[in-house]
Amino acid sequence: MTEKRIVPIVMPKWGLSMKEGKLTSWLVSPGAEIKPGDSILEIETDKIAGSFEAPDGGVLRRAVGEVDVVYPVKALIGVIADPSVPDSEIDEYVSGYVTPPAEDEGEAQADAPQFVDVDGGKLRYSMKGEGAEKVILIHGFGGDLVTWMFNIDGIAESATAYALDLPGHGQSSKKIADPSVAGLARTVVSFMESLGIEKAHLVGHSLGGAIAMEVARSAPARVKSMTLVAPAGLGPEINIDYINGFVAANSRRDLKDLLGKLFADQSLVSRQMMDEVLKYKRLDGVVPALRSLADGFAPGGKQKDILSASLNARIPTLVIWGKEDQILPVAHAANAKGAQVEILEGAGHMPHMEKASKVTALIKDQIARAS
Amino acid sequence: MARKLSMRQAINEALDQEMARDPTVFIMGEDIAGGQGGQGELDAWGGPLGVTKGLYHKHPGRVLDTPLSESAFVGAAIGAAACGMRPVAELMFLDFMGVCFDQIFNQAAKFKYMFGGKAETPVVVRAMVGAGFRAAAQHSQMLTPIFTHIPGLKVVCPSNAYDAKGLLIQSIRDNDPVIFCEHKNLYGVETEVPEESYAIPFAEANVVRDGDDATIVTYGLMVHRAMDAADALAKKGIECDVIDLRTLSPIDWDTVLDSVERTGRLVCVDEANPRCSIASDVSAKVAQDAFKSLKAGIGMVTAPHTPVPFSPALEDIYIPSAAQISEAVQRTMGK
Repeated sequence: MTEKRIVPIVMPKWGLSMKEGKLTSWLVSPGAEIKPGDSILEIETDKIAGSFEAPDGGVLRRAVGEVDVVYPVKALIGVIADPSVPDSEIDEYVSGYVTPPAEDEGEAQADAPQFVDVDGGKLRYSMKGEGAEKVILIHGFGGDLVTWMFNIDGIAESATAYALDLPGHGQSSKKIADPSVAGLARTVVSFMESLGIEKAHLVGHSLGGAIAMEVARSAPARVKSMTLVAPAGLGPEINIDYINGFVAANSRRDLKDLLGKLFADQSLVSRQMMDEVLKYKRLDGVVPALRSLADGFAPGGKQKDILSASLNARIPTLVIWGKEDQILPVAHAANAKGAQVEILEGAGHMPHMEKASKVTALIKDQIARAS
Repeated sequence: MARKLSMRQAINEALDQEMARDPTVFIMGEDIAGGQGGQGELDAWGGPLGVTKGLYHKHPGRVLDTPLSESAFVGAAIGAAACGMRPVAELMFLDFMGVCFDQIFNQAAKFKYMFGGKAETPVVVRAMVGAGFRAAAQHSQMLTPIFTHIPGLKVVCPSNAYDAKGLLIQSIRDNDPVIFCEHKNLYGVETEVPEESYAIPFAEANVVRDGDDATIVTYGLMVHRAMDAADALAKKGIECDVIDLRTLSPIDWDTVLDSVERTGRLVCVDEANPRCSIASDVSAKVAQDAFKSLKAGIGMVTAPHTPVPFSPALEDIYIPSAAQISEAVQRTMGK
């Protein structure tokens, strides 16, 4: 019974390869009242730095984790409990806590990304969860499936979540047969056909949002709902300097200011994040692929495919936007007629990373309502 | 998640993928196919340390064993490059370069300049460098500065498998002669390496650790010693930028100067002998261009001005250590 009243805060697992993380700061002190979703501490991994949000409400009774110390995934770093739980019980919980062993190879392999051949090349994707509802997560320009690392586990609690690398991105084929939004939408439909997914909830970020809308327009029977995160396709304006800069950048110096524009809080851009982007951009074929995509969806610096008119009440649509988006104007949200709109404070172009648990909760609600 | 390769495997993969991509790429050197003319499996060795293992059968006619004459086959590679091929010559030990200096210094390095930019020499000469292999004075030198000195040559020295693959692919695609230096004590070290081909641009240093107190500039095996030193210093509250130059010619001065302007302290670490070394070169550049940013004299940690000793005990002392680097950084901080 006490187990339920005591909520452990453990080192989260952000993405497949994460084995440990460094606690870089506590944002609350022991004794503080905490609401679910409050940012309570900051963590840095070899891929990214980010804030960790409280899994539940209560009082922070113990801050076991020490700043600047590296902890394995699932190690205890704090304890949340109701004030009525006696100190002795908390201490007993802390001293009795055993960090579960790391996933064995088999388990890790079951989770590992897979590849599928579709029209237009080989796609990498990861699949999580076993729910009846299927969800497809589509990243944006220059991204890959890792962009959903803070969201996919939450979504997979109640659905089967598929995150894919679009052609030209991540570890998918770098040749893009048809770099237009319509061509990419056909690739997503082909991906669904290859995996036997008849209907799915589409979640698209940025360019992925425009692709989701195009799938809904051209193959409406395949789409149960849409969640569009800072989507392209709702107006002509776009920060073309960012797009061109991203295509051209080939050093950390070039990237630093550029990637900062993605976030409200620029300190989220870690050295590792830049290294990951550079490693991707150096792969043969990536720069021409990005160039052809950019020329496809934003020729002359304006978005070509405006899909707002295709939205309709038959496919429930949720639009999520960061108020401080510097890539696509948040004002475009008003063009999503009939859609539910959520504007998030303190988020830039990557609200699914900056306000991860809020966005995950919104996506889950949207899926539940439309199921 | 991602696949790990040793530096030996990463170099092999780079050669394999470039030969598959471009029919003008071929490789030549002593014993790279594995002792042709001998008994048994032709592919048994693949070079003295097994770097080219497996390539002989995969790329028939394009993995050429050569006679024991460095001056002949390095010259032949340079000639083939001038005629439109992209040869990769393996010279075993960079120490043997002495017998082909004319081919490299006076021919390959000069063609583009002397023929008014009309001639290109896209040759790569791969060779092992560095001490710590108990291989004595004639097989252990870090001769990177000698080649860096010559205009017209590019000089590369990776510190890990990821960089080795991307830099070797860039070297093969580059239209100038490249001296590609492989530290023999790094061949077994594994890092994550993408399966796809990728090229790392030259003159793009890698900042392998961030810190505001001091800058350590180095390359090759010494990157690992510098990281050990930086870890030890961090425990004492001293945070270092560690810069892996990756390519010595061309060199990324911007990254070095930006860092020193922020930290105000510089320690240059080089496994080469100290006179006219990469360490002294970087020191001179910073003293010239960022003098006002310096809060202390520049530190240098190098091998001593002696040949590499054969005695294991002496050889271990000869190679710069993490402790020496850590002391040098602390000296710049007045400690």
